[in-house]
Amino acid sequence: MLIGNYQETYRSDEALLRTPAVRGWMAALGTAALVFPFVAGDYLLYLANLMGVLAIAALGLNILTGFTGQISLGHAAFMGVGGFGAAFLASRLSVPFWLAVPAGGVMACLAGVVVGVPSLRIKGLYLAIATLAAQVIAEWVFVNWTSVTGGIRGLNVPPARLVGVSLDTDFRIYFLIQAALAAHVWFAANLFRTRWGRAFIAVRDRDIAAELIGVPLFRTKILSFMVSSFYAGMAGGLWAFFVKVVTPENFPLSLSIQLLAMVIVGGLGSIKGTLFGTAFMTLVPEVLKLGVGALRTVWPGAQSYFFPMRDVVFGALIVAFLVFEPHGLAEMWNRTKRFFALWPFEK
Amino acid sequence: MDHFLQLLASGVVTGGIYALVAVGFVIVYKATGIINFATGELMMLGAFFAYTAMTAARAPFALALLVAVVAAGGLGALVERVVLRPLLGQRAISVIMVTIGLSSIFKGVAQMIWSGEYRSFPPIFPRAPLVLGTVILPSRQVWPFAIALAAILLVGLGFRFTRTGTAMRATAGDQQAAFAMGIDIRRVFSLSWSLAAVTAAIAGVVVGTIGGISPQLGAIGLRMFPVVILGGLDSIPGALVGGIAIGVLENMAGGYLDPLLEGGGVKEVVPFVALVAILMIRPYGLFGTREVERL
Repeated sequence: MLIGNYQETYRSDEALLRTPAVRGWMAALGTAALVFPFVAGDYLLYLANLMGVLAIAALGLNILTGFTGQISLGHAAFMGVGGFGAAFLASRLSVPFWLAVPAGGVMACLAGVVVGVPSLRIKGLYLAIATLAAQVIAEWVFVNWTSVTGGIRGLNVPPARLVGVSLDTDFRIYFLIQAALAAHVWFAANLFRTRWGRAFIAVRDRDIAAELIGVPLFRTKILSFMVSSFYAGMAGGLWAFFVKVVTPENFPLSLSIQLLAMVIVGGLGSIKGTLFGTAFMTLVPEVLKLGVGALRTVWPGAQSYFFPMRDVVFGALIVAFLVFEPHGLAEMWNRTKRFFALWPFEK
Repeated sequence: MDHFLQLLASGVVTGGIYALVAVGFVIVYKATGIINFATGELMMLGAFFAYTAMTAARAPFALALLVAVVAAGGLGALVERVVLRPLLGQRAISVIMVTIGLSSIFKGVAQMIWSGEYRSFPPIFPRAPLVLGTVILPSRQVWPFAIALAAILLVGLGFRFTRTGTAMRATAGDQQAAFAMGIDIRRVFSLSWSLAAVTAAIAGVVVGTIGGISPQLGAIGLRMFPVVILGGLDSIPGALVGGIAIGVLENMAGGYLDPLLEGGGVKEVVPFVALVAILMIRPYGLFGTREVERL
C-alpha cells in the first residue's frame, strides 16, 4: 500500500510521472505498444491504427468539451478540413506527409477560430447548435468545392514516405500513428499543468467567475477551439494517409457524435478516459460483429440485425453511462485502482 | 412571378409542418431546458405507428392518427420518466448527448421492427388539388398542412384555456413559484414530453403521407434547429413564424439557387447558413427571451 510520495527536489515534484510505479507501468505500456505490431494480425493492426487516429481527434474534443466546457458537434468537420487539406497538399502539390499533416492541422485550427468566434456571444446549447450548423455547412462544402476536394469521389492520397521507406501498410503506418498519438497525449497532459490549461478549466467551471479573476474569456475560449481543432485536423491528416483516400462521407455528423460518445463514455475532462473511451467505443461494434457472426450458424437471419443492433447498443451505452456513470470509464478505473491501493483497508 | 408564387406556397406548406414539430420542441425546452435531438426519430416512430395501424389493422386514417398520438404520448412520458428525469439540471453536454443516444436507440429499434426499406402510406386524401389563382397545390401537400395547422391551433388553445395548460405555462415562467403554488412540476415535465412526442408524431405522419417513410426519416429532425433558433427557443409564436420562414427560405433557395450549382443540396444547407447568421446577430431569436446571467 502506497502511503506517501516523498519528493526532494522541485524538479521531481513537477515531473509528469511522479512515482516509480507509474514510470514502470508507462515503460511497460510503451514496450507493449512497440511489440504489438510484430505479434498482431492485420485485423488487430487495422483496429489499433483506427483507434490511434480517432483517439487524437477525441482528445482534441475532450480538451474543448471536457476541459473548457464548450460543446462541439462539428469535430468531424475539423477532421475533414485537416484530412482534405493534407490530402490536397500531398496529392496535388506533392508535399511530403510530415509537412502536409501539420499543415492540415493548421488549416483545421483556422477553421476552429472561425467556428469559435461565436462562442463569445453564445454558449451551452446555443453553441452546440452553432457547431452543428458548421458541420452541415462544412459537409456541403466538401461535396461542392470539387476543384479542391474532388467532390463525392474525393481525393486519392499517395502513401507517406519517411527516409525512403513507403508507409503503405498498416504495419508500417502503425508506428507513425502511435508516435503521433503519444505526442498528442503528452502535450495534452502537460497543457493542463500550465497557466493556459488551468484557464480552460476555470472557464469550464464558471465562466463569469473566471473572467472576474482575470482570465481573458474570449482569448481562452478561442485558444481552446484552436488547440482542439488542431488535434482534430492532425487526426484527419493521419486518417488521409492511413486509408489513402478522403471522401466527404468520411466526415459525417455521425462521426462527430461518435467522438462525443467516446469522450462521454471515457470521461469528460480526463485524458486517460479519452483513450479508454476511444478503445471501448471502437471495440464494442467489433465484438458485436463477432457475436452476430457466431450466431449465424443457429440463426441465419442474425446478420441483417447487425446494423440496427449497433445503433441500439451505441445509443444505450451513451444513455447508460450518462445516467449511471457520468464520469465515465476513467472514474471506474480510478475506483478500481483505489480499491487495490487501499487494500485491505478499503471500506 | 408564377414560379415565385408557387415556391412561396409550397414553402408555406412545408413550413407549417416544421412549425408543428417546433412547437413540441419549444414546449420541452420551456419546461425542462432540454434540447431534444430525438425529435426527428419521434416523428419517424409516430409515422410507423400510424402506418402499422393502417396496414396491419386496416384502420381508417383518423383512427391510425389517434393510435400514433396515443402511442407517442405514452412513449414520451416513459422516456422522460426513465431517462431524462435523472439528468435534470445536469450540464448541457449531458442532456444533449442523452437525447442523441435516444435517437440512435429509436432508429435501431425501428429498423429491427420495420426493416430499413422505404414504404408509402396507402392513398388517404381526396385527389383534387387546391387551385389558388395561378398556384396549384397538390392535395397531398394541402391536407398535411391543414392537419398541422389544426394541431398547432389545438395545442395553442389547450395551453391558453385549460387548467393543465395554465400549469404548464406557470412552470415555464417560474418553476419555483409554480411549485410553491402546488403545481406538480414532475407531472408537467412528463406532460411536456408527451406533448412534444405527440406533435412530432402528427408531423411524422403527415410528412410520411407526403414522401413515404423509412427509419431514415428522422434525419429531417435536424431541420428543426434553424426553425427554433430563428423563432426563439422558448417562444411558441416564434416556432410558427420560424417554421414558415425557414420553409419558404428553403424552397426559394432550392428553386433559385440549386439550378446554378452543380452539386446541389442548397436547400439543405441554406437554413443552416441562416442559423449561423441569426446566432451572430440575435442569438435568442425573434421572439425568444434574452437570458440574463447572475453569478
